[in-house]
Amino acid sequence: MALRRRLLAALSLFTAATLAGCAGEDGGLQSPKMALIKARGQLVCGVQGTLPGFSSVDSNGRYRGLDVDICRAVAAALLGDPQKVEYRDLTPSERFAALASGEVDLLSRNTTLTLSRDAAGGNGLNFGPVVFYDGQGVMVPKARGITSIHDLRGKPICVETGTTSEMNLADRMRELQLPYTPLKFQTSDQSYAAYLQGRCAAATTDRSQLSAKRTGFPNPEAHVVLADVLSKEPLAPATVNADPLWSDAVRWIVYALMQAEEIGITQANVDAKVAMAKQDPNQADLRRFLGIDGELGRHLGLPVDFAAQAIRAVGNYSEIFERNVGAGSVLKLERGLNRPWSQGGLHYAPPFR
Amino acid sequence: MASAPWWRNRRLLPGLIQALVGLAILVLIAFLVGNLVRNLTAAGLLLSWRWLAMPAGFDVSETLLPFNAELPYWRALLAGLVNTLRVVLLGLVGATALGTVIGTAAFSSNALLRRLARAYVELIRNVPLLLQLLFWYFVVFLSLPNADEAIQLPGLVLAKSGLYLGKTELLNGVWQGSLRLTLEFGALLTGLVIHSAAFIAEVVRGGVASVSGGQWEAARSLGLSHRQTLGRIVLPQALRVIVPGLNSQYISLAKNSSLAVACGYSDLYSVAETTLNQTGRAVEVVLVLLGAYLVIDLVISALMNCLNHRVQIQER
Repeated sequence: MALRRRLLAALSLFTAATLAGCAGEDGGLQSPKMALIKARGQLVCGVQGTLPGFSSVDSNGRYRGLDVDICRAVAAALLGDPQKVEYRDLTPSERFAALASGEVDLLSRNTTLTLSRDAAGGNGLNFGPVVFYDGQGVMVPKARGITSIHDLRGKPICVETGTTSEMNLADRMRELQLPYTPLKFQTSDQSYAAYLQGRCAAATTDRSQLSAKRTGFPNPEAHVVLADVLSKEPLAPATVNADPLWSDAVRWIVYALMQAEEIGITQANVDAKVAMAKQDPNQADLRRFLGIDGELGRHLGLPVDFAAQAIRAVGNYSEIFERNVGAGSVLKLERGLNRPWSQGGLHYAPPFR
Repeated sequence: MASAPWWRNRRLLPGLIQALVGLAILVLIAFLVGNLVRNLTAAGLLLSWRWLAMPAGFDVSETLLPFNAELPYWRALLAGLVNTLRVVLLGLVGATALGTVIGTAAFSSNALLRRLARAYVELIRNVPLLLQLLFWYFVVFLSLPNADEAIQLPGLVLAKSGLYLGKTELLNGVWQGSLRLTLEFGALLTGLVIHSAAFIAEVVRGGVASVSGGQWEAARSLGLSHRQTLGRIVLPQALRVIVPGLNSQYISLAKNSSLAVACGYSDLYSVAETTLNQTGRAVEVVLVLLGAYLVIDLVISALMNCLNHRVQIQER
């Protein structure tokens, strides 16, 4: 039952805290989480699971999406094999307890980075780099004649419980002094089912998610995402606070994907680039990045060629974006803010040195 | 004075062992609580209740208690609790009435009625409640027509915007009624009543069956009708067996109401879930939740024990 399952997740956190021994021995450069993942031979990754473009199961039973590719990149960098991932579908309200209790190693589940989720006094997570800059939007059926958020006065709006969408909706509607009825559901499937049945005048969540879900509707053309943007939604992978080495490793694996786009390394040319860099001792930056010189990977507790491994598995950020949510996908989202900084976007990897 | 040594003392020894085991349990609890506090402190998550007084910042869709996003979290949880109590109380009444009818129908002289009652019980109690709730909400209630094509019955209007009872009228395309129930509440209440009634029917059937056949025969020989026999002779005697069984069913119903979140009703569990996600105070919120359901169930249990005491044979 829902209650039992949710309680279990929270209680396992409670129990873990109750029974955990007096940890805190100085382990040097040893990350307990990374040691566990290596011993297990598998990365357990928490995903949404039903969101086309970010994480969903394709007709062959394989997980696909931008969030999934982050999991695959981390598995490739750490274990040398992008297949060594076990995916767990999590609801918005399960996700943090699942991460805190150690049920998943990495949360790559279109999760918005906020202060209270990051802070030790709040959810106590550790966020990696933002992998998708999003904003909250509102979707309505075209036939209803709603053109802006102001037309939703007094109307029921479907929203998922345990999300930033729920809070932003409350804030914006209060700001605009618009009374409304929030209808809250635990999973996105329930929320969209109620919306499609006509119980809600609108559904609200991140704009990318609205576009993604719309592709699965019986008649996608009958629905439109309003121009109103309710909030900033930077989506980022997260790990627990307690293991900074693991968090650092995830952060730099994601940065490696962005750096690869910036310097033009792709899934197709990565091996050629490695061979070329090996020949040419003058390519200092490239040699460090690909692990030919220096020990950058070792500093993180990863193999020296972690960046090359990740790129070989999933390609650079641009390839991941276009394949899953961009031109090469059904979503056809614009890159917008998700371009690299050199092209006017927000993705910026710090130096690999 | 007997000269047996103290370890042979049959009065002292069991007491001593119980005291030791009790002490061991206390030490274990103290150790676990201490460890919990130590680890939560280390993780910076020491129990804190200050969040209860902070503004909730989210809305609750339907409340008996007035609520808005500026009120503190404890008011939100209270509003959720009132919503839970509302569905539990109405659910108890409805499930008891329906369950009694179906349970006694198993003794009807009408063969069709008997079989229908049997089929009802077997069908309902073998399908998970969550599925039933999803069915009632998504398949039945959400298929109701829009306001302009609403189903109109005397004193009752059914539309996608809600269930309107009492005096109803259509004003500017919006229905008004003396009492409006949301579809979410309607679906949850229907699901809980139908589900619990199947179990209560079995309890009632068991209770009635426990009354000896001689009572039926005696009543019939006095010229009482089937209904009189059931109502005046058999059911009062069956209550003794029924009430303790009902107690568990009532408690189940109260706990099952937490599945409300499946059909979008804002009960205590749903509000607590939002609170948990916003505050990140997982342990505290779960403790509140555990405490609230425990109190609800203990109150139900206490009332039922009182009732049980009343219906037992008073011996002089």
